[in-house]
Amino acid sequence: MATRDTDWDGVRLHVVTGKGGTGKTTVAGALALALAADGKNVLLIEVEGRQGIAQLFDVPPLPYSERRIAVGLGTRSHQGGDVFALVADPESALIEYLEMFYNLRHAGTALARLGVMDFATTIAPGLRDVLLTGKAAEAVRRKDAKRGRIYDAVVMDAPPTGRIGRFLNVASEVSDLARVGPIRGHADTVQKVIRSPETVVHFVTVLEEMPVQETLDGIAELASLGGIRAGGIIVNMTRPLDLPPGQLQAAADGDVDQGQLALGLKSAGLDDNSGLAAALAAELSAQARTAVGQQQQQQRLDTAGRPCYQLPLLSGGIGLAGLYRLASALREQRAA
Amino acid sequence: MADRRPPELDVDRLIADRRTRIIVCCGSGGVGKTTIAAAIGLRAAERGRHVVVLTVDPARRLAQSMGLTSLDNTPRLVPGVRVDATQGSNGSAQDGNGADSPGSLHAMMLDMKRTFDEIVEQHADPDRAAQILANPFYQSLSSSFAGTQEYMAMEKLGQLRRADEWDLIVVDTPPSRSALDFLDAPQRLSRFLDGKLLRLLTAPAKVGGRAYLRVLNAGFGVVTGVLTKILGTAVLKDVQTFVSALDTMFGGFRERADYTYQLLRAPGTSFLVVAAPEDDALREASYFVERLDQERMPLAGLILNRVQQLPAAHLSPARSLAAAEVLQAAGAGAGGGGGGGMAAGDGQVDDAARLLTIAALRLHADRMEQAAVQRRTAGQFTAAHPLVPVAEIPAQAEDVHDLEGLRLIGDAFSA
Repeated sequence: MATRDTDWDGVRLHVVTGKGGTGKTTVAGALALALAADGKNVLLIEVEGRQGIAQLFDVPPLPYSERRIAVGLGTRSHQGGDVFALVADPESALIEYLEMFYNLRHAGTALARLGVMDFATTIAPGLRDVLLTGKAAEAVRRKDAKRGRIYDAVVMDAPPTGRIGRFLNVASEVSDLARVGPIRGHADTVQKVIRSPETVVHFVTVLEEMPVQETLDGIAELASLGGIRAGGIIVNMTRPLDLPPGQLQAAADGDVDQGQLALGLKSAGLDDNSGLAAALAAELSAQARTAVGQQQQQQRLDTAGRPCYQLPLLSGGIGLAGLYRLASALREQRAA
Repeated sequence: MADRRPPELDVDRLIADRRTRIIVCCGSGGVGKTTIAAAIGLRAAERGRHVVVLTVDPARRLAQSMGLTSLDNTPRLVPGVRVDATQGSNGSAQDGNGADSPGSLHAMMLDMKRTFDEIVEQHADPDRAAQILANPFYQSLSSSFAGTQEYMAMEKLGQLRRADEWDLIVVDTPPSRSALDFLDAPQRLSRFLDGKLLRLLTAPAKVGGRAYLRVLNAGFGVVTGVLTKILGTAVLKDVQTFVSALDTMFGGFRERADYTYQLLRAPGTSFLVVAAPEDDALREASYFVERLDQERMPLAGLILNRVQQLPAAHLSPARSLAAAEVLQAAGAGAGGGGGGGMAAGDGQVDDAARLLTIAALRLHADRMEQAAVQRRTAGQFTAAHPLVPVAEIPAQAEDVHDLEGLRLIGDAFSA
């Protein structure tokens, strides 16, 4: 089964978080495709009700039940497995919970119509989180008598970095409210899964100050909670700039040799009669400034001591093809 | 299809107009809302307005971008605002009175729990207030209920408006996953606190007596039963105590929420929807524009942030890449020594120039491609909302973390 080593061998629940605008959902989707290589089955779970996965994979809106949405990344030796997805909402999860533990499905549906579910998750926000993480935990543990585990891996497109600690630290959140009782027991089970070595939290970021800060804060927060493991840092939307290191800093300082650029353009058959060299020099200089800033942010990320993976900016938009490209990039870097 | 150009959003005119009293910046997370709000505040202040910027972002971005180490629940004066600059050049749009007096900029960050506590303290006698503040359910509600931050942002906006110390309030809305949460959450919270379900559930004795109410009560017996199963009795007890303690405050709550909601519709309020030129952000922006229209709330326009604007835009990505390939081939030919010297027009160019030019051309092609996608995405928004004015803010090479950076963004507001 394990044809090659990855950085996360043995991990079965990949929680993906990131600041808004960093491409968290896209990365979660690409990771699911990458994990589903070699014929593995992967479940992708969305918990914020945005239907971001459906949009990403260009499929109709997803329900609470699992749907097959894509075939995993193919490799030379194996065809890709299946990627399934579902959108977990607290209300459906609560109805399912009531059914599982009390055989109360009809009552649950009726109560939902009365707004009781909304009410319950409102007066106990931790309940909401325990129900959502509970769904992921259930999928991770689900077994089939013949084949064993149903899913080789589960990827959760989780809430943003600012809320991830609270979201995952369900046991203590719920214990404030439900001091005893069944939901408490449920929370404890969920917590065992979240805090097991089979679960890691990956952080998606771009190399800008605030997302990097939130990533570092998020990793520190997880460490302070004890037992919830930080996974890798996925640096998204990188744009390579092929300048020798010495020239990069010079270009960032506005020192781009326009004479040389004009010569180069001329030899490539582009005439510089419209100030092209000056305009390209300005573009190069601006990008070099960005790159220098990004290097500093990368150095800050390196202090976290987590594996970093780089995903390129897809200038032409993502699309399904782009998603598979990102999946291969993750696989090549052994993130999956 | 020819590009239909949207009307231009003139932010400078909006902030120069003294009738503009509130500007609400909204949009989905990660689009640069906080920075835009700060840039607008700074620009208005440097044009003679007395501005307060209210931010609700716990990431303290505004604090950093304004060079402050921390913001708390009270407005603080932002140092370094130029009071003399730019008055003359754009003064024509201003209506004379006050245009020559120097402006000022204050900034504050919302502390939602403290704001909530203050409302409780204002509306209840000290004993009762203490009882509420100590209630575990209140503590959970005031620090983690999904709508509390939005509700308290609106509450604070109301307070600032009533204080009347500033002639322009710029609000940066909470970093909700969806731009719409900002409009819905306050009502959701007030509906919840006011809700029949909550009241019946927590005070079943009150509805006894009449027959039909007894039936209702029996129904709620089931509800209570299930909730007890889910939550445990302790929670319900906390909620019960909380509601009875809060009972006298409900009227006040609703009144305040209504006041702020009206404030958002009042003349003098303008909404700016901020988006990045990306699918997700513009989809949210679209919903928001439609929603504001339904609510009859005044939309000033869309601020399209982080737009690729390239000095060499006249060089197409295809030509740029082709030229890079020519140079690449020339280099490969020279390196291999296989008689490829004739590939380029004149083989005089040295390696350093060649590599530099290749890097510049590839970068240019990549950014042009990205710019094209951005234009297409923005075009979809404009096609659906042709009347919404748009202002484009160029992508910045570096993070903004000082007033100079904010000024640079503000410069893009000059039409």
